[in-house]
Amino acid sequence: MQNTAAEMPGSSKKTLWKVIGASSLGTLIEWYDFYIFGSLAIVISTKFFPPDNPTAAFLSTLATFAAGFVVRPFGALFFGRLGDIIGRKYTFMVTLLLMGLATCAIGLVPGYETIGFAAPVIVLILRLLQGLALGGEYGGAATYVAEHSEPHKRGFRTSWIQTTATFGLFISLAVIMLTKSSMSAEAFDDWGWRVPFLISSVMVVVSYFIRRNMDESPLFKKAKSEGNTSSNPLRESFGKKYNFKFVLLALFGATMGQGVIWYTGQFYALSFLQSVCKVDFDQTNFIIGCALLAGTGFFVFFGWLSDKIGRKPIMLAGMLLAVLTYRPIYDQMYRLTDVTAKQELVEQRHTAGQTVMKVYDDGSTATVVGQGDAVIQTVKVGQGAFVSLVLLVFIQVLYVTMVYGPIAAFLVEMFPVRIRYTSMSLPYHIGNGIFGGLLPAVATYLVTKAQAANMVQQTSGALPYDKPYLEGLWYPIIIASVSFVIGLLYIKNKNQDVQ
Amino acid sequence: MNTIKRILGVVWIVLGLAAGYYLIVSQAIPQFSSGKGEDLVPAIIYTFILMPIITGGLCIFGWYALTGEYRDGD
Repeated sequence: MQNTAAEMPGSSKKTLWKVIGASSLGTLIEWYDFYIFGSLAIVISTKFFPPDNPTAAFLSTLATFAAGFVVRPFGALFFGRLGDIIGRKYTFMVTLLLMGLATCAIGLVPGYETIGFAAPVIVLILRLLQGLALGGEYGGAATYVAEHSEPHKRGFRTSWIQTTATFGLFISLAVIMLTKSSMSAEAFDDWGWRVPFLISSVMVVVSYFIRRNMDESPLFKKAKSEGNTSSNPLRESFGKKYNFKFVLLALFGATMGQGVIWYTGQFYALSFLQSVCKVDFDQTNFIIGCALLAGTGFFVFFGWLSDKIGRKPIMLAGMLLAVLTYRPIYDQMYRLTDVTAKQELVEQRHTAGQTVMKVYDDGSTATVVGQGDAVIQTVKVGQGAFVSLVLLVFIQVLYVTMVYGPIAAFLVEMFPVRIRYTSMSLPYHIGNGIFGGLLPAVATYLVTKAQAANMVQQTSGALPYDKPYLEGLWYPIIIASVSFVIGLLYIKNKNQDVQ
Repeated sequence: MNTIKRILGVVWIVLGLAAGYYLIVSQAIPQFSSGKGEDLVPAIIYTFILMPIITGGLCIFGWYALTGEYRDGD
């Protein structure tokens, strides 16, 4: 891997924490901006993408897929190149402003009913700009912090950047919940949903002024003063075998596995509880929220630990544990919420029309519609099952922190200063945006396919899938297994020289 | 270890080709021919984004492994 000159000394402690604070705050706001679109997807679709209009529905799918998967790597290339030519600081100021403007503008676009077809087109363009900005932000922030850090604390320092994705999700949910609770449901549906988008502009302005006063990365400044920056980072990163082989290694041996584990632990767990287990919407969010809150500190812990024992063993251990335990964990999650295996307290049953509320001996309740082949609508688990579910999701979050905590330092150390921003951003956003971002769609498809196959074979008695609800896990298990083997064999453990 | 790394290069190439075949034949072609608008975006993503990354990336990675680019000492 890339090793060159002697280490630069790290910046002073006070400056370092300013650097970490300014970088993390900006990245946090970018994640917030990115998530509020997803969290308000239902409202947005009614305002901009009416389902009865097939073209608008097509644009809606495009907005979901294109911004999350396709545009992020392009943002990584575009802004990565800028960051390696003109500097880290100016580039991630641009990504911050671009994200803030796009988010604020989404909150100002008139709805489909007012301006017709222009509304979904404008929102799609703004969503694409959000994806582009996010693609450029992360690499800049990670590189900026790493290039200020002392070499032996690089994992610890950059791990603060790693916490921002989780905190961004928290803050987006909190702002939406606060906005909702401060007005009537009608007002929120009418105009209140715009508030979280508009709040972003205030946060971006604050973050812009904090970042504006920061200095350029010392390593980049030194490289520039010595004339060692690249004039064509794209060609140097991907056109030269010596660098390109490390881009491929970073993708297949680390970020690909990290991406699917991140999405399984933070998003598929949520979707599995809601869609497959039918757990109540609010209770599911609360379960995930508790697990995330309990787990977030471990990003920093594993970042710190990676400075002591190396990045590779921690990331690979996270991947291996996930591969080995995902199926038992999800099987247990399913059993804890499966009310058909619980004892109903029949005397406490409530019936209202076609809807029946059943109470079970462990404190769980289920809302069931119809008689005979009744359909379970929602399940609210009892206290014991709730705690167990939080623990099971927490274990998954722990795997996320193991693979994600050290990865910024790991990626930064793989590439030299002159092409670092470009080279590290692309594998990160392909791993997370494409391999990770596709996870919910692929996993849901596999579960649906298995359930449909069982339905077809129901009359013959022999079902092709013993546990169809676990089929979706094959996607993260296979991807993480391949990544584990490649990482184990081809990646070296020694933490590298950042120059 | 270097021999294992080289031999596995063949595995990565085969894996890349198999994944490409699966993505195009089992996923993209049926979705392109379904005629549904919502199937078009995933089909385009499989064909023009995912397939080139997985097949192209793993084949090049496998070739590099096979030719000893990742041998110890680098």
